[in-house]
Amino acid sequence: MQAAVFTNLALGLVLAPLLSGIINRTKAAVAGRKGQPLLQAYFDIYKNLRKGAVYSTTASWLFRAGPVVGLAAAVAALCIVPASGSAAALAFAGDLVLFAYVLGLARFFTVLAALDTGSSFEGMGASREVFFAALAEPALLAGLATVARKTGTLSLTEMISTASANSPELVLVLAALGIVFLCENCRIPFDDPTTHLELTMIHEVMVLDHSGPDFAFIQYGAALKAWVLGSLIVGILLPAFSSSRPLMLACFVGAMFLLAVTVGLIESGMARLRLLRVPQLLAAASALSVFAFMLVVR
Amino acid sequence: MNTADFSFCYNGQALGLDGLPLLSPASFRMAVLRAVAEGARISALFGMPEEHPGVKAPGGAAGQGAIRLVAVLACDAEAQLAVATTLAGTSYEALTPECPQACWFEREINEQWNVLPEGHPWLKPIRFHRPYAANQPEHKPCIGVTDFFRVGGPEIHEVAVGPVHAGIIEPGHFRFQCHGEEVKHLEISLGYQHRGIEQALAGGPDTRTMHYMETLAGDTTVGHSLAYCQAMEALAGCRVSPRSLALRGIALELERAANHAGDLGALAGDVGFLPTAAYCGRIRGDFLNMTALLCGSRFGRTMIRPGGVSFDCEEQRAAELLSRLKKAARDSAGAVNLLWETPSVMARFENTGAVARGTAEDLGLVGPAARACGLVRDARYNFPSGIFRFAQIPVATEAAGDVFARAYVRWLELQRSLEFIENQIQRMPSGDSAAELKAPAADSLAVSLVEGWRGEICHVAVTDSRGRFIRYKIVDPSFHNWFGLAIAMRNQQISDFPLCNKSFNLSYCGHDL
Repeated sequence: MQAAVFTNLALGLVLAPLLSGIINRTKAAVAGRKGQPLLQAYFDIYKNLRKGAVYSTTASWLFRAGPVVGLAAAVAALCIVPASGSAAALAFAGDLVLFAYVLGLARFFTVLAALDTGSSFEGMGASREVFFAALAEPALLAGLATVARKTGTLSLTEMISTASANSPELVLVLAALGIVFLCENCRIPFDDPTTHLELTMIHEVMVLDHSGPDFAFIQYGAALKAWVLGSLIVGILLPAFSSSRPLMLACFVGAMFLLAVTVGLIESGMARLRLLRVPQLLAAASALSVFAFMLVVR
Repeated sequence: MNTADFSFCYNGQALGLDGLPLLSPASFRMAVLRAVAEGARISALFGMPEEHPGVKAPGGAAGQGAIRLVAVLACDAEAQLAVATTLAGTSYEALTPECPQACWFEREINEQWNVLPEGHPWLKPIRFHRPYAANQPEHKPCIGVTDFFRVGGPEIHEVAVGPVHAGIIEPGHFRFQCHGEEVKHLEISLGYQHRGIEQALAGGPDTRTMHYMETLAGDTTVGHSLAYCQAMEALAGCRVSPRSLALRGIALELERAANHAGDLGALAGDVGFLPTAAYCGRIRGDFLNMTALLCGSRFGRTMIRPGGVSFDCEEQRAAELLSRLKKAARDSAGAVNLLWETPSVMARFENTGAVARGTAEDLGLVGPAARACGLVRDARYNFPSGIFRFAQIPVATEAAGDVFARAYVRWLELQRSLEFIENQIQRMPSGDSAAELKAPAADSLAVSLVEGWRGEICHVAVTDSRGRFIRYKIVDPSFHNWFGLAIAMRNQQISDFPLCNKSFNLSYCGHDL
């Protein structure tokens, strides 16, 4: 049991940055380009770790705390979410609430660090991030509540080991979680991760002033967050169909990679939403979750 | 329009300086205002030093040479250019309050010649350089340090972008007054690329002149060098061979095709739509390489010279060009039509950054930005010169005035340009590709308009008694259109600014000169 927990943690910590590599290579393949190396995210994190950091004289400790808290929260979230059909490192009744708010804590500190710089860009990004997060949170929580009600447990580990996507409620929840996944990870149609235009950014504009190891923490934290939310979706989607550990592990990792390919295909086929329209899509995700919840409590 | 107030000429025709009517400042103002009210628009409005020292401006300060103001008005309906002049002293009554399109021109006059347009509503430097006029205090203004319009109120916040940008683009400063995500006002402050080209041209033409023309806005090399050559040919009374005209037309339209393809790709990139963005970047390169096939330079440098072109196009290369052209036409149709077929892209393009037709008229917009508002404004059609006297290109217009309209006008023009090039290659006239050029006429003024890919390029060359330039005025289409971008952003989402900006795609160095 212990071994499985450690394998899962190690898998997340090591493979998380690979997801963005797969997404980018998918996009490149669709566009007829060669694309960046699969391991580019690792190179970037390594490069930034070796650099020095620059701090504004007007920034306070909050600015330095942002990346650290963000990474710590992402690792904590990784410990709460089970993967590949085995238990999470940290499992107790009600851990799903902790999961949602550990992610919220990371956002809170990122926003504070952004506001701390006093830059108009970062203030704008913080305002957008908080607005969209406030709309994404109900979708995530109502979705998790649906699964909890359906499986009769409040612990993510038990929820995911007993859930299977063959009920209509869970299909609705998966759709809502898919939208939340795209929003939380700044993917198209919510945010354009490749843009260099500060005025259009949501998440990235908040971290413009971070540099060196701080920025590496942010990049790694973002990769872990994508991995964690992805494993939540894959966990609900993929039933524990076999007791063979290696087979389950392989299926889990394969499904994660498939999720990344899907994101890459979505990004290749559509434009980004106008910022005004983003709340509408998030409200739709919330509606899906709430509707699923009504189906299970009926 | 009172015809006695103006001298009239066609595009690419020279006028004698002595024949130009010299009005009093008050009647100059009245004449220009009336003409603009009747549908003419200001193509150029500039000051130049009065050559004859005997002429003294009314109220002019002692020791300061008089400044002659020249207005070149484009009368689209009559296909004629109207030129009026006046002598301004240290000040004159500004045209801007009644004629918004004069706004930047008058700021320029004030900055260059220290002539005060009295009553100008927003008089401030435009390029932040020392005045041209002699015996001015050696005080160099600091670029971008000036008063900006501010919207009051506790909920208004200001966002300053540039002059250093995140992407690899030219420097410019944008000051937004925002209420939440909504832009109440945008003010654009340029001048970071000022190289003093107009001053360097005075006293010419010399061996450097042509190179200044080719590099004053690198993406419009063909457009500006063609405008210069047309002006020189007008001054020298030179007849250009039909074969040269055809080759010039091909180069001009290839430049348009390359830039329009690049713009459509960049617009797709700005909304995060990958397929068109990726393919149009390559297709732009294909068009640039076709220009290189003609003259060895992807941007068309050295292609056009006064009197003709420096490179002929023999049959073998013409055939190669034709086959590449057909392939690029197919590729661009495949890549660009995806834009109009994808709802998520159209949702971003439509109703973003709309400029009303009346506003576009008032501001004197030119090029695709004006045609996207439904204005039939195309120098190839209104003021045909060169090859366009013989081979007409239909004017592409759209009605909505938004990002979609500007993008779609580009797509329509791209297709018409390719058809034009194909026709020209197939029916290339025979003959020489270059002609002897005589020295430019003395005491003359020549106006040359070329429809560059961004819009109307206006060059005005004025020569002295020895046939040297007293003044060479260049108006890049960007000079007319930057203010249009500021107006297009009113009440728009600040996050849509990059998209609007790209749909205008104006030149910084073409403006700053």
